[in-house]
Amino acid sequence: MASSSIAGSLRHRANRGVLARLRGGDEISYLVTLACAVLIFVVVALIVAKLWGNSQPAIRAFGWDFLRTSRWNPNGGKFGALPFLYGTCVTSAIALLIAVPTGVASAIFLAEMAPPKLSNLLTFLIELLAAVPSVIYGLLGIFMLLPLIRVYLVPALKSTFGFLPLFQGSFYGVSFLSAGLVLAVMVIPFIVSVSREVLLAVPTEQREAALAVGATKWETTWDIVLPYARSGIFGSIFLALARALGETMAVTMVIGNTPKITASLLSPGYSIAAVIANEFAEASGDLYVSSLIFAGLVLFGLTIVINALARILILATSQKAATA
Amino acid sequence: MSNFSRSLAVLALAFPLAAQTRLTGAGATFPAPVYQKWFAAYQSAGNVQINYQPIGSGGGIKAVTEGTVDFGASDAPLTDAQLAAYKAKNKYDVLLFPTVLGAAVPSYNLPGVTGELNFTAQILAGIYLGEIHKWNDPKIAAANPKVKLPDMDILVIHRSDGSGTTYCWTDYLSKVSSEWKSKVGAANTSVEWPTGIGGKGNDGVAGLLKQQEGAVGYMELIYAVKNKLPFGRVKNKSGEFVKADLKSVTAAAAAMKEMPADFRVSITDGAGAGVYPISTFTWLLVPAHYADSGKAQAVKGFLHWAITKGQEQVESLEYAKLPKAVVAQEEKQIARIK
Repeated sequence: MASSSIAGSLRHRANRGVLARLRGGDEISYLVTLACAVLIFVVVALIVAKLWGNSQPAIRAFGWDFLRTSRWNPNGGKFGALPFLYGTCVTSAIALLIAVPTGVASAIFLAEMAPPKLSNLLTFLIELLAAVPSVIYGLLGIFMLLPLIRVYLVPALKSTFGFLPLFQGSFYGVSFLSAGLVLAVMVIPFIVSVSREVLLAVPTEQREAALAVGATKWETTWDIVLPYARSGIFGSIFLALARALGETMAVTMVIGNTPKITASLLSPGYSIAAVIANEFAEASGDLYVSSLIFAGLVLFGLTIVINALARILILATSQKAATA
Repeated sequence: MSNFSRSLAVLALAFPLAAQTRLTGAGATFPAPVYQKWFAAYQSAGNVQINYQPIGSGGGIKAVTEGTVDFGASDAPLTDAQLAAYKAKNKYDVLLFPTVLGAAVPSYNLPGVTGELNFTAQILAGIYLGEIHKWNDPKIAAANPKVKLPDMDILVIHRSDGSGTTYCWTDYLSKVSSEWKSKVGAANTSVEWPTGIGGKGNDGVAGLLKQQEGAVGYMELIYAVKNKLPFGRVKNKSGEFVKADLKSVTAAAAAMKEMPADFRVSITDGAGAGVYPISTFTWLLVPAHYADSGKAQAVKGFLHWAITKGQEQVESLEYAKLPKAVVAQEEKQIARIK
């Protein structure tokens, strides 16, 4: 009944004049939303075009060597971004390694297990964390986290995993590890708050069906709710990753700003976003400025590549889940 | 009257003023506090309104070259290439006006060491080249016979962001050490550091310094004084260990034998009684020609005020004053602005 009356009214509207149809809102809303979507595309395209254009001197001078060499020498006019690329990848990997399990577990607790009042309160507090300016995270990192890492975490890591090259060498506080930890704290709110919403959006029928056939609460969550929410949870992780890759201020305050590639996570390093923030304002000379812009283009490319890889991963796992 | 209508009334009063000449400038962050104070004082004395954006020296040079601001500011003197680029783009010259002086000082975190350490050029270059590793190195001990130096590793800290302080520091090191000059190169706002870790800004360097025993780092004199951080004396060319302060920094400028006509000069590694050797000018970058003659008059008026009356205000902000001879020479250059 209902569907036939909707079809009837649509037919009726189609027969009316243009003005009347406009009043119905379909065309206007189509145009407005289209314009917004196109605008976003245009902004991204302009950014890429500008980055590409302004990095031409560096691209002509260094080409692929920019990504393969490690010297960053403003005086000698030699620029290689490999240590920055390495630092960005390493710190983001540490951050996700910590933030994904913690964040998803918190989201499961908040969505599936906690009493609603507690869940709302905790979610509110976690979302507050997302609004803290990154310079504050950097300062907290220097003055609170670094001493803790120095006194507790590093001795523990060295005594248990000291045989790994990852945890060898002297520790000055600022390091890949410290930057990764600060980033983890910064991105957890993104994972928790988006994942929680996604988990809450899983239809109750799904849970009831699982419980009805005798699954425990945990089995329901693990086997039914999580797979259902998988793509949304991955979405939250992408958001977190994008934030970690591009974070500037907090990272530069705790990473040590030393363009070196070392296996040890306890050594100081550098990241792409940090070097741009550090050196852009005072950079003089075409090649220097253009190398920094090229580094920005590389970061842009890196984000796209990682996102694409992650999407392929999701597709692969969801197909596997479908055939299983 | 409500707050809203009151602010409307204020706006209405402000509009006729807005039609007058206004100047915008951009550039160096190091002198930004004294510039802001100057512009406010100059405006409240009934003169033009000047808006200054501390975006960094590199940005200031770029903005003035492209004509997006009325004047720029830089902590490093323009290079020949930058002057040529300016002239090629604008068909006239850009003039440099020294405004105040600053200095870079070596600060350190050494437990158990009270009093000021003495540094020589060889010690500072050795530490920053990564060749002096320990605080009880014979070279440091020789300069500090009365201090019991610990057997502790030195952790070198430098600025990670491009800065005029780094320019001044590396200008000094490249003058006093031929090894530094060949390995790292000339003065620059950022260099390829042979050793050490980087902190963002003076506060970043100070933060790392406080955390790590055995660390040494350079920072602006003003920052070290305001935050009561310990810093050492540096031996000048006359063989005297001098602590940086307003007097010893101005002395470094006054000891200049000959000021070049374009004011592009480095005063690091100076000789003379009471001269602090890691000192530097900071400059305003002013076009020699303005299409708007009102603007030219306004800029000339301000420059004259800044190097005369303005100088009385700089010491309260811990900047060193210009020596008298430099002021007299700048007055002549102001006349070149058309």
